[in-house]
Amino acid sequence: MASLRCFLRSGKVFVTVRDALNQAMDEELERDERVFLLGEEVAQYDGAYKVSRGLWKKYGDKRIIDTPITEMGFAGIAVGAAMAGLRPICEFMTFNFSMQAIDQVINSAAKTYYMSAGLQSVPIVFRGPNGSSAGVAAQHSQCFAAWYGHCPGLKVVSPWSAEDARGLLKSAIRDDNPVVFLENELMYGVPFEMSEEVQSKDFLIPIGKAKIERQGNHITLVSHSRMISLCLDAAAVLAKEGIECEVINMRTIRPLDAEAIETSIMKTNHLVTVEGGWPQFGIGAEILARIMEGPAFNYLDAPAVRVTGVDIPMPYAKNLEDNSIPQIKDIIFSVKKTLNV
Amino acid sequence: CRKASAKVITINVSGGNSKEIFELFTNKLVFSDFYLFYIFWQKCDLHKLEEGPPLQAVLSREEGLQYYRTMQTMRRMELKADQLYKQKIIRGFCHLYDGQEACAVGIEAGINLSDHLITAYRAHGYTLTRGGTVREIMAELTGRRGGIAKGKGGSMHMYTKHFYGGNGIVGAQVPLGAGVALACKYLGKNELCVCLYGDGAANQGQIFETYNMASLWKLPCIFICENNKYGMGTSVERAAASTDYYKRGDFIPGLRVDGMDVLCVREATKLAAEHCRSGKGPILMELQTYRYHGHSMSDPGVSYRTRDEIQEVRSKSDPISMLKDRMLSNNMASVEELKEIDVEVRKEIEDAAQFATTDPEPPLDDLCNHIFYNDPPMEVRGTNPWTKLKSVS
Repeated sequence: MASLRCFLRSGKVFVTVRDALNQAMDEELERDERVFLLGEEVAQYDGAYKVSRGLWKKYGDKRIIDTPITEMGFAGIAVGAAMAGLRPICEFMTFNFSMQAIDQVINSAAKTYYMSAGLQSVPIVFRGPNGSSAGVAAQHSQCFAAWYGHCPGLKVVSPWSAEDARGLLKSAIRDDNPVVFLENELMYGVPFEMSEEVQSKDFLIPIGKAKIERQGNHITLVSHSRMISLCLDAAAVLAKEGIECEVINMRTIRPLDAEAIETSIMKTNHLVTVEGGWPQFGIGAEILARIMEGPAFNYLDAPAVRVTGVDIPMPYAKNLEDNSIPQIKDIIFSVKKTLNV
Repeated sequence: CRKASAKVITINVSGGNSKEIFELFTNKLVFSDFYLFYIFWQKCDLHKLEEGPPLQAVLSREEGLQYYRTMQTMRRMELKADQLYKQKIIRGFCHLYDGQEACAVGIEAGINLSDHLITAYRAHGYTLTRGGTVREIMAELTGRRGGIAKGKGGSMHMYTKHFYGGNGIVGAQVPLGAGVALACKYLGKNELCVCLYGDGAANQGQIFETYNMASLWKLPCIFICENNKYGMGTSVERAAASTDYYKRGDFIPGLRVDGMDVLCVREATKLAAEHCRSGKGPILMELQTYRYHGHSMSDPGVSYRTRDEIQEVRSKSDPISMLKDRMLSNNMASVEELKEIDVEVRKEIEDAAQFATTDPEPPLDDLCNHIFYNDPPMEVRGTNPWTKLKSVS
């Protein structure tokens, strides 16, 4: 139960993504009385994935609310509460279940500020695990980044590291607009080093700004969420062969930080995007289209390509599942093809 | 407050029961301080409720005139919208409320402006009772910059303080309303939320999800089903296995009320509000009402019901006529007085229509505004990659 903590000399600690999310919510609940959390099993069960562990014990029934298994109903209730002056965090046990409530996310939350010409804002966060997990099969493995990223009026955020999780969740909760916060179940238990600055109560990561996780000159890799880990692993392998990859962590899906990607391409002249979701009309598709339409196109020495999940519903058997999502070797292969080596 | 002499008279109430009432007489030439004790001869149908609303209501002259004026304004406004729609000055969806005025006016009379209200797309009447002006409502219908939503919302998306629209997706407003009620309870200001939906929406799953949570968490929510007998072209018998909408909340107490009688609606709303404010949780009201127009302006409204039926409701149960007759026959107001109100209302509507047809459309540089609240200005992609539009909060 105790998080993996290891105190280093410089005040840095190791914090798992789960604990980073937990601490961010705890601090924001303490900071603003209007913030509250609702969802299935978030209170007495400590969270289906233990992300909200300890919060109910600390804040009680009023602020940490267990809901029945009725996504459309409780998502709508959360949106209504946001309209009337509260700041709800609405948890979907996974984003697959958000499909039941997607009308409330899009039509009631995202569009209302525009339809009311600025009279009615909706300060809400929808959060939960997104994308593929391990062995949970087709109905529980879909990535919704592209679906939500499609819609104006939403901000869509996809953290990778513990620092991302902490800073972006705090920003999302403090943001006065609907934010879809896409976590990843397989990342929850992964520890990351966290500096003292990141541990401070007002550490925020601005929504809409990407981060360069690794500098490089030969090719730009753009990705989000768990795939960043694979990109960095692939980059380490490629570095031994003299290929230096620049890995960009999108952090935010919408608004997309196209400028960061363009600046990188102008340096490296090559682009490969990496995502866990399906290829058609996906994250990579949007990035490639924007690069084509923008100033960076002229800097490309080869067509930009996408590495994506396979265009099938997610199978169950381990070997099949492993071959349904990008592996490190797929990224290495695509990089080398793009660089023609 | 002038003292008046009291006189006891006995009247026969339909059904053969005699009741004694007190009637205060004032000088017939001066209608001030006139109060009417009105007795309902129709009891409300109750579901899991010990007591219904009182069988009598007190209507003051001032209240009577105010309800009359508001209902008449609502009626004329909707009829003007009909006209403008046929002239193609209003376009898209337009769902008119004429016939149902007693619901909106009666509900508002039973709550405070500090309470909250949400409804579906047949919302022009509520926008008015919740503080919108006829001018800004009509200008929103015609899509002009002076509209209540600056022309960006249209008929189904009008908002005012503590009024959350105007919602286009059938049934979606019900969980939203319960959420508003949750905020009311959370913030502890003794406010409640009135959450309206129609007989068509009443079969939606999310409404039952909402009943469950509102009841579990004792949210101060008055669910109101405006049963106008038709969900678009489908009569209630063809849509609902049980048309006792006031019972559909199951564990939620309910009552069924004559929605054409503004006093009935008011008294029922007061009872419901008291129920919520005393912490007992949600309550459900079914208002039996009728719409003269079709579902929307694209529905003539006569393929699924007869003109005779519409005419019968108009002649026997029109909410405005009923209130007018009640006030006149009890000497609460004079014919001339009510006519004067009619004239004033007509003028207000004409002025508003004039404004709504001459006010310019929103400026093109408003196109991309109001995406996000409290955010720095940002760029929005136009229809092609070279067009970058500006967006401010």
